[in-house]
Parts: sequence; structure tokens; C-alpha cells
Amino acid sequence: MTEHQPLRESATFDRATIAEIQRAAETGIYDIRGGGAKRAVPHFDDLLFLGASMSRYPLEGYRERCDTDVVLGARHATYPLHLSTPVTIAGMSFGALSGRAKEALGRGASEVNTSTTTGDGGMTPEERGQSKHLVYQYLPSRYGMNPDDLRQADAIEVVLGQGAKPGGGGMLLGQKITERVAGMRTLPMGVDQRSACRHPDWTGPDDLEIKIGELREITDWEKPVYVKIGASRTYYDVKLAAKAGADVIVLDGMQGGTAATQNVFIEHVGIPTLAALPQAVQALQEEGLHRTVQLVVSGGIRNGADLAKCMALGADAVAIGTAALIALGDNAPERDAEYRALGSAAGYYDDWQEGRDPAGITTQDDELAARLDPVQGGRRLANFIRVMTMEAQVIARACGKAHLHHLEPEDLVALTIEAAAMARVPLAGTSWIPGRGL
Amino acid sequence: MAALSDVLVDVPVGIPADAEPTPAEPTPAEPTAAEPTVVDLATTDVRALNRALHAADVAQTSPRWRVVRPDGRHSIAVGLDAEVQVQIDGHVGYYCAGMNKTADVVVDGNAGVGVAENMMSGTVRVRGNASQSAAATAHGGLLVVEGSAAARCGISMKGVDIVVGGDVGHMSAFMGQAGRLVVCGDAGHALGDSLYEARLYVAGSVRSLGADCVEKEVRAEHLAELTDLLAAAGIDADPTTFRRYGSARSLYNFHVDNASAY
Repeated sequence: MTEHQPLRESATFDRATIAEIQRAAETGIYDIRGGGAKRAVPHFDDLLFLGASMSRYPLEGYRERCDTDVVLGARHATYPLHLSTPVTIAGMSFGALSGRAKEALGRGASEVNTSTTTGDGGMTPEERGQSKHLVYQYLPSRYGMNPDDLRQADAIEVVLGQGAKPGGGGMLLGQKITERVAGMRTLPMGVDQRSACRHPDWTGPDDLEIKIGELREITDWEKPVYVKIGASRTYYDVKLAAKAGADVIVLDGMQGGTAATQNVFIEHVGIPTLAALPQAVQALQEEGLHRTVQLVVSGGIRNGADLAKCMALGADAVAIGTAALIALGDNAPERDAEYRALGSAAGYYDDWQEGRDPAGITTQDDELAARLDPVQGGRRLANFIRVMTMEAQVIARACGKAHLHHLEPEDLVALTIEAAAMARVPLAGTSWIPGRGL
Repeated sequence: MAALSDVLVDVPVGIPADAEPTPAEPTPAEPTAAEPTVVDLATTDVRALNRALHAADVAQTSPRWRVVRPDGRHSIAVGLDAEVQVQIDGHVGYYCAGMNKTADVVVDGNAGVGVAENMMSGTVRVRGNASQSAAATAHGGLLVVEGSAAARCGISMKGVDIVVGGDVGHMSAFMGQAGRLVVCGDAGHALGDSLYEARLYVAGSVRSLGADCVEKEVRAEHLAELTDLLAAAGIDADPTTFRRYGSARSLYNFHVDNASAY
């Protein structure tokens, strides 16, 4: 090696790969972390809108209406959800999050008249009390599941999987299984909770139809029943969920966050949100159920552009999780020194499983949790959702649409061949949709 | 929640238990304590039955119910939350008495998948056999299966008591968190796999134990609770013939040395 020859990093054995091999050899256990896939995958940034020009009339930005409301669950339920914005809050458990964080999510969502969602651990009074529209998750673990909470929910979400780990069950490590969390889940304090990945009393779409029927009977057909799937075999899963009687299908792509999952699972199982969404829409359209069964899309939704693109591709609403936590204060730069003390940094922190979150969000430590003011957090979340909604309106008006749901695939082009193929829209500057000929 | 009188359009009330069930017009007569309300599921749908059983005043207005010709229908008597007695004459499908609270339900026949799933309190008795996942995730109450129960009996049980007169299938009490499972016959493979704090009693043979499930000493307090459970279930068995199984608690936390146990 000459003195001036630059160091060359291996593309195969790059520094992160080497570090992981060294860490695995040292500990003998796989890496567990929070958050979603970090690898670069085709995403909504690879799409652009075609603003109105000669062939389309734009709407006046501050003078003409562009509505944003959405109704979820009118297919069978007596009382569907009427939301003012299509930005909803994804399921996140009390246990993964502090009680104050759950309260803040409820406050923020209610302020803008949208819904929030429980998680793998049951419903807390703080969350129910502050949530105008609360979706109650029905998970394989059934932790905290009881008919009283089922009846006081506004909708029921049968969870088959999540985008971060389709095929995997929930996980909550012992440091977050405090007395209250353990009590709600009927678990010993301090155990590493590894939830079941399959529901205990049904298997497959025919059983799911019967299960949905039971949940409807218990709640006298009043509440919408959602089915949440992690994006993998999306086309078939959506068809089967619709056939099973779902009112709403929640589709979670691989960028969707998790409180605690093996890194290898997060990065290597599932497909990107962008790839999954058009499959879901196709499945519903072929069944004649598009817009009858609503489609809620999550997994890496970050701003109004992502929202507008989901709408254009056929979603009825989106759900945000990671973005909502960031809005509350997760990874705030003013806490950088504390993140660094934990071996991370503001903007990088993903050890949500450890319960030592300096922002007081992904923790069960009372002192840390007290750092989050649920009123202020709720206000920040409401602000963020308003901004997302207004950004989407800006785009929709530019495309000449008087409602976000009027956006359509014809308003979109793709920057890359991969995104064009996945989103089924033309490569920008061409009429070519890969897979569909010229 | 509606009153029973508001939901009687499809449910005849006040017919004596020994009467031949017919699709009669709603009868205005108030039932007495001795007269169960009879619902014939060949002529009345499950929705109407459950709607009536969910009426706010059902315990006062009609505390006893008899369901005839269930013919394997699903979700019969689910979500009950009142002190009522429901006798079902025949076989039921999935999830009979699901999420039961307070009510006493008797199935005079066999029960399909998930009988008494997520039960909170009350009692459910199956005079025949039960299919898989009986009392899955149930938090409380008592499930008695006088015959045998199939696979995954008591899966993820969270406090319920289950007494099975016959055998249970494989993976029973999988991830059992709390409560007691009493098996008067034999247990299939992988009993109590990944068990938490549920206590298991088996009189017959156990094909195999699941991960982290071990046999434990039967002490006086265990004999006492077993005696009480058998008495509550009305099953005549000698408690001294049972063996007790529980969690070794060695897999409660991740440890690399346990990797081969999963």
C-alpha cells in the first residue's frame, strides 16, 4: 500500500456490516431495535404530481374549497367514523409508549377530529378519555382484551400483522414490563414479553369471517371492523380480508415502525408501502369494493406529499406512527447530549425497546415519562396533522381537485423505473408504465 | 342499550320450556322465573337472539333462556353481560358464549372452535366435546367440558378455570398466563408450551411437555384447589390421582443459552 492510496470500504462488508458481525459475535443475540426499515426502498419521494395546466383547471389556493373529510367503516357498521382529515394515528401500545404519550396522541388526534388507535396491551383510561375516535386493536396476544373496552371503542381493528414484521408477533422487553403494564397484560413483571404471531382461535380467511361475525355480534353491529395487514402478499390478503367482511383494511408497509423487533426482521421481511398500495387498490377494485371498503395506508408516511400520493393511488386515509412520535418530541435535537450518552444521537435514536427514551415517550420510567407534557404534545401533534393536511390540499388544488379523494393515478408520474413499476404510473416524461407495455 | 321489549320483534317470549317450538308471534305475556324464553334458531336468526340477550333489562325481564335447534350456528350467546341462564339444546359452532360475563351458559351438545373465548366471568358448560381453542385467552369464570377438548384448550388463558372431563389435544395451555386447567383424562403433545403462571393438573398421561413446562410437587394447597375445582365442575374424580405442571420460568427473559429451547 502506498502512502497516498485512499482507504477503500467494501460494498459488501461495509462498516455497518462489520460492526454487526462483531456485535453478534460478542453477544450471541440478534439486534433488537425500534422504528421501521432504514434501508433505502422505492418510496413516495420517487413520485411527482402533474400540476394542472391546459388540460386541467387548478383551484384557487385560498379561495376554493378542497375538502379533506373521510368516512371509515360504513360498509356494515351502524356508526362509522366521520373524520375531518384522512391522517389517523396508527396503533401503538401503552407499554411501548408511556401513558402520557398515549394521552398526548389522543389529545392531538381529537383536536383535529381524527382517530387514534390502541396497541398490544389494551386500552388505558387516559387514552379513551382523550380520544374522540378510538380504534381498539384485537391482536393475537389479546392482552387486556375485554368486552367492556370493546363496547366503548369506536372501531375494532383485527391485527394480522404489521409492516415492520409481517408474520411476527409483538415484543416488549422486560425493562418496560412494569407493574401497571404487567397487570394490564396478566404477565409477571419484568418478563421479556413475546406475543403470539397467530391468533389463538382462528386461522385463515374463512375463520376470520366467523371471527368478524362474532365481534359484530358482541357489539351489536355498531362498530366498524378493520383488518390490519403487514404488506407482503398484499393483493391476496386484501381480497381475503374484504371477503371476510372487513369494513376497513389497514395496510402497513415495511417502513412502518415497531416498538421492538429484530433488526433482521425489520429490514428483510415485507415490501415497501409504495409497492403494496397499488396491489391493494387493484384487489378492491376487482371485487367492486374500492371506496366501499376503505383503505388506510401506513408505513413511512411523513408529510402532506406522502398523504396526497397515497390518496392519488387510491387510499382513503393514512395512518402515522413514527411521524407522530417525532411530532411529540422524539429525537428532538435539544436532547442530543442525552441521546449521545445512550450511544446514539438526536435523529438516530431507535432503541425504543430499552425504555430509556430521553424524550419520555417510549418509556415506562415515571421520571422520564414526566418530561412529556401531554397537553403540549397533543398540540404539537395537532399542528403536525394540520400541516400535513394543508400540504395535501395545496397539491390537490394544484391538480384541480376539490377533495383529496379526487386525486388519481393520472395525476402522478415516477422518477425511477422501479417506482413507476410499483406505483403503476408512467415514468416522468414518458408514457411508459413498466409491465404494461408502451 | 335497548330494553328487551324493544327487541322482541323476532324473539318469542314466555313459551313454556316443554312446548313445541314454533315461529310464533311475539307474546306480550311476561315470563315467570319458571318459564324460560325459548328461541328456535331454525326460525330466528342469531342476531335477534343476541340482540335480545344484550337488552339492558334482560336479567330482570327474562333471566332464563332456552335455545333450540342451534344446528352448529356460530356466535350463539356471545357478549353476554347479565345474570342470565342460557340452555342450548344441540351442537353449536364457533365462539359460543364468547367474551361471556356473568351469565351461565350450558351447551347440551358439542361446541365448535373457541367456546367461551376470552370469557371474563360466569360459567360455560359443554356436555359433549369441545373443538380447539376452548376458553382461549379467557380471563375468568369457569369452563367445564364434560367430554374431551381438542387442541389448544386454554391457549393464552389469562385467569379462567377450565375443567375437562376427558382428554385435551396438543398445545393445550400454550402461553397460559394465569388460571387453572384440570384434565381428568390425557393431555396431548407439548402441554403448557411457553407457560407463564397458569397451573395445570392432569390425571392421565401427558404425551409430552412443551418448552419450559415442568412437573411440580402437589402440595396441600394444590389438592385443596383441585378438590374445589372438581366440585365446582360437578365432576367426580379423585384429586389425589392428578399431577401438577407449571412453568420452570427459565425462558421468561432472553438468554443466548436458551436459544435451542425455542
